[in-house]
Amino acid sequence: MSRIAARFEQLKKQGRKALIPFVTAGDPSPKQTVPIMRALVSAGADIIELGVPFSDPMADGPTIQRSSERALRHGVGLTDVLGFVSEFRNADSDTPVLLIAYAKPIEVVANQNFARRAKAAGVDGVLVVDYPPEESATLSAELRKQDIDSIFLLAPTSVEARMDEVARVASGYVYYVSLKGVTGASTLDFEEVSKRIPQIRAHVKLPIGVGFGIRDGETARAIASVSDAVVIGSRLVQEIEQSDPAEVERRVAAFLGGIRRAMDGA
Amino acid sequence: MQMYEALKGYNLPDEHGPFGPSGGISVAETLAHAADELREQYARLRNDADFLREFEYELKHYVGRPSPVYHARRLSAKVGGAQIWLKREDLNHTGAHKINNTVGQALLARHMGKRRVIAETGAGQHGVASATVAARYGMECVVYMGSEDVKRQAMNVYRMKLLGASVVPVESGSKTLKDALNEAMRDWVTNVENTFYIIGTVAGPHPYPMMVRDFNSVVGRELLEQMPQEIGRQPDAIIACVGGGSNAMGAFYPYVGQKNVRLIGVEAGGSGVDSGKHAATLCAGRPGVLHGNRTYLIQDANGQIMETHSISAGLDYPGVGPEHAWLKDSGRAEYVNVTDDEALEAFHTLTRTEGIMPALESAHAVAYAMKLARGMSTEEVLLVNLSGRGDKDMHTVATASGITL
Repeated sequence: MSRIAARFEQLKKQGRKALIPFVTAGDPSPKQTVPIMRALVSAGADIIELGVPFSDPMADGPTIQRSSERALRHGVGLTDVLGFVSEFRNADSDTPVLLIAYAKPIEVVANQNFARRAKAAGVDGVLVVDYPPEESATLSAELRKQDIDSIFLLAPTSVEARMDEVARVASGYVYYVSLKGVTGASTLDFEEVSKRIPQIRAHVKLPIGVGFGIRDGETARAIASVSDAVVIGSRLVQEIEQSDPAEVERRVAAFLGGIRRAMDGA
Repeated sequence: MQMYEALKGYNLPDEHGPFGPSGGISVAETLAHAADELREQYARLRNDADFLREFEYELKHYVGRPSPVYHARRLSAKVGGAQIWLKREDLNHTGAHKINNTVGQALLARHMGKRRVIAETGAGQHGVASATVAARYGMECVVYMGSEDVKRQAMNVYRMKLLGASVVPVESGSKTLKDALNEAMRDWVTNVENTFYIIGTVAGPHPYPMMVRDFNSVVGRELLEQMPQEIGRQPDAIIACVGGGSNAMGAFYPYVGQKNVRLIGVEAGGSGVDSGKHAATLCAGRPGVLHGNRTYLIQDANGQIMETHSISAGLDYPGVGPEHAWLKDSGRAEYVNVTDDEALEAFHTLTRTEGIMPALESAHAVAYAMKLARGMSTEEVLLVNLSGRGDKDMHTVATASGITL
């Protein structure tokens, strides 16, 4: 069983929902990425999503684009990102780590090499934002050989045929984008999300995480009541952006800890 | 050249949208449905007689087609060698080929019931063409433009506003065309129900590269008829500038099966490809995924998109249409580049010998034609797609000559 599946299994037994923070690797600086990951785990993260910085993150909003730009000013590339995961693994062999990337910066190496190197670094899952199922066959096959999960997105506009397509290729969990728009956009329609999750469950048997637009404990708690996992990205990245560099780890931990308490009180 | 055989009976892209290894639909799930919807609608309308009739009517009465072909006799004589002919897309309404595509896409938007159109623009030409058709069909229009370009192209910004469009300056990334495209995609994802995204070049997720090519291929179809009428045969080569590549694709596509006609795309060599300051994607880039399709891109060792440079804003783009990538890989078309200085020289030469002021984009094609013509006989014929007029470039040309207007 993969680390991701094991984690969801364990949470299910405990009657808890997964909390999944997203941060961009190398933001605000390369040396802070591993300490931030550790701080997130200590604050209650169940899985960590680590973004591979990209110059043109089309599906993201301005907050995450700026985090990419900060990381790119330090020249952070795929090799650095895999290095962060390896270093994180030295002291944490339990917390699953997922890479979220655009195709461009991971295609600097062949799919086969990427999958091998990701495995060696201790990566558990990969989501390539601009590989919809029809473009992902080659990479997914290589990842499967290495027992790395392929995570896919579903959106409010995804029709049932696309849910089936995702169900066919996805493993680990499925990431439901809770609104029409980009990451960090304003309002999440809870009614809409709670209607859509059962529809998705009819097609996809994997755990379902929900992200985009979750900004506080209250929303996280509501979303956790209808899904298996809550993903927090832009709001957390905003903490990093607004923090004094020396305070970053403390602030992300304080923020995520608040979300964790709100969810567990559900 | 072994792949050339594969181009016989050329009918790409197929339903999945690739041109060989290039093209495709590489978009986030958030955009997939919008791309699907567009693909279905366009697949239906692309062969619909009423739609095509409507499009042709607009091209004739609104755009002013067909555009003439013109024998640049004095230019040819000055250069010495092959005869240079010009396809006068500069004479279209709004002064460039861009209007062919925006008319087509606006009609499509209307058929799909979308009342709001959005567009990205670099120098402002596609923005102006989009604002123009939005005014013509009574649609709301929002144009995304890098904040750097907004400063450099104040006149076009004002033109768009006169036409009733809103211009949104984009502050992210390098604040230029590629970032405007990112921002327009974000708007599309968010407002997909009522919004049609008019992409200005033969790039983006399928069906855009095919659709923009189809709408511009009126250029090549006219040439197929005009050239035999004028010279009794087809030209020896067709030469067009390539940024994203829409004017070139429009001219090339109907000629892909005409084996004896060389197809030559001219990219922006900027300060020279070796200087690193250029936008010659097919000459110096490597394949990868950007803006929803796989194509050649100018990128660094980490796969990040690099900033490009060209004196011509319309060629200043780090990607290129996937069909050009395919035509290059298959050997059917050749891709070369000329520098800023060569393009400027061609601008002045054509202006002085023929009284035709080309857009700096088109001046790249003229520059290469002049180079090539010198080594050819006076019996041979080069056809340059003169994609736009140069009025918009007065400031750039003056500045390059050390003159302040």
